[in-house]
Amino acid sequence: MKNATDMSQRHDSGFTVEVGAQSGQKLSACYQCGNCTAGCPASFVYDRQVNQIMRGVQLGMKDEVLDSRAIWLCLSCSTCSLRCPNNIDVAAVMETLRHMARKENRVAVGNVEKFWFSFLNTVRAFGRSWEIGTMALYMMRSLRLFTDLDLAPEALKKQKLGFKPHVVAQGGASSVTRIFKRYKERAEREGVRP
Amino acid sequence: MNYAYYPGCSAKGSSADYEKSTQAVCAVLGMNLVEIPGWNCCGSTPAHAVDTELSAALCSRNLDIAAQQGVEKLLTPCPSCLSNLRHTAKRMENPQFRARVDELLDNPAAPDFPGVTSVMQGMAAHCDANGIASFIRKDLGQLTLAPYYGCLMSRPADIMDFGDPENPTLMECLLAACGAKVLDFPLKTACCGASYGIPERTMTARLSARILRLATDMKADAIVAACPLCQMNLDLRQPQAAKEADAIFAMPVLYFTQIMGLAFGLSPDTLGLEKLRVSASALLDKLEPAPSISKTPVEGGQSCE
Ligand code: SF4
Ligand code: SF4
Repeated sequence: MKNATDMSQRHDSGFTVEVGAQSGQKLSACYQCGNCTAGCPASFVYDRQVNQIMRGVQLGMKDEVLDSRAIWLCLSCSTCSLRCPNNIDVAAVMETLRHMARKENRVAVGNVEKFWFSFLNTVRAFGRSWEIGTMALYMMRSLRLFTDLDLAPEALKKQKLGFKPHVVAQGGASSVTRIFKRYKERAEREGVRP
Repeated sequence: MNYAYYPGCSAKGSSADYEKSTQAVCAVLGMNLVEIPGWNCCGSTPAHAVDTELSAALCSRNLDIAAQQGVEKLLTPCPSCLSNLRHTAKRMENPQFRARVDELLDNPAAPDFPGVTSVMQGMAAHCDANGIASFIRKDLGQLTLAPYYGCLMSRPADIMDFGDPENPTLMECLLAACGAKVLDFPLKTACCGASYGIPERTMTARLSARILRLATDMKADAIVAACPLCQMNLDLRQPQAAKEADAIFAMPVLYFTQIMGLAFGLSPDTLGLEKLRVSASALLDKLEPAPSISKTPVEGGQSCE
């Protein structure tokens, strides 16, 4: 997408329609002013800038867009949506792309997804998130054994992190576990990756 | 007065000091925060990044509990929880979406959910600036503070309903009511790097460093935060940010409730100040007894809303 206007690239207009429908945004309104990119705090780590992603979506460049690292590094800060002169909820487009990429098992930045699931697994188990549990699961999954080890002494000294998870009482934890179970079963029924 | 309360998970872990100081300050203001029973995690960023309906199911369970309790308004200290709960309430207005979410829940969610608002807005609605001033026991006049909201508190504007999404001013109003000097801080709604401190540490370190550097250059005595994740990135991760920026930072990062508590004369222990990585002792040294204590609120006080 270095040359996003190169029309010789393969394009898939079905993809454009799908992103528009799922995000509820009028994608054709984007006129490439670049405001979204100018305000994006994550732009310095993006492989494609957010306005390029928008153009890519308009042109139906599905592979380029869904395989980009940018959709995974987006911080969901909504600055782009706030500053788009055409009132496009650009952050919602980015989120839609993330969902579509995940469902097709195209995850360009695996560690981000691993972190999300580490977090969600503690929620599934206890009904509430648990920071130390999230860290431990993440380290196992990503094989990054020393992530944040530099913070550990201070965090432990200040009792910043709870050694024990907080379990929701009154059967609440199992009620949350059932939410995750139904979510997973439904995704399997519908043939998408949960 | 009783207020239904959703603390959020970090209140029970990394932001125990936010929780402690919120409880203490609300008690002074006459706000009794009552946790809704059996609340669960809102799912935070990971849930909505993975699936909107999963996120909404986790949030709906909480909103449903509050509705069953007959709650009119639910308060939460955490902008991320607030954002998720409010997004869900909005999305559940769509019957098709609601039906998909109900499928994930034990029982279909209540048809009407109570409104959810931030503790900060709850305080401003509960008492005006004069009301707050009547509780002041310590003079914060020597403190220069950089208010920092982060990205979620005011955005998206239509969901969060927090004033000007680029330039919210509620925290400034509360801090000024407490007698502090408040900077016009240009990065007040810039992103700190959110939850990417773990999987993409460099990005978060660079974004946090930008905020720490500006506050340092503007000679702030402290950055004042309202979000557990922002506070953690700016305080606990401050050495990572300093390393990334090749700088030395020594910037205390307090919650707005901790600053208010100091003005109200509450002890550092009551406010959980010992949890801060960057010590607040330099701030404490600048506090003086309040010159005059007006016990009765002045009529016609300015509202912070
Ligand atoms: S701000 Fe809006 S119109 Fe401008 S490039 Fe971004 S999406 Fe397109
Ligand atoms: S929501 Fe994502 S794309 Fe938009 S400005 Fe924030 S980080 Fe950039």
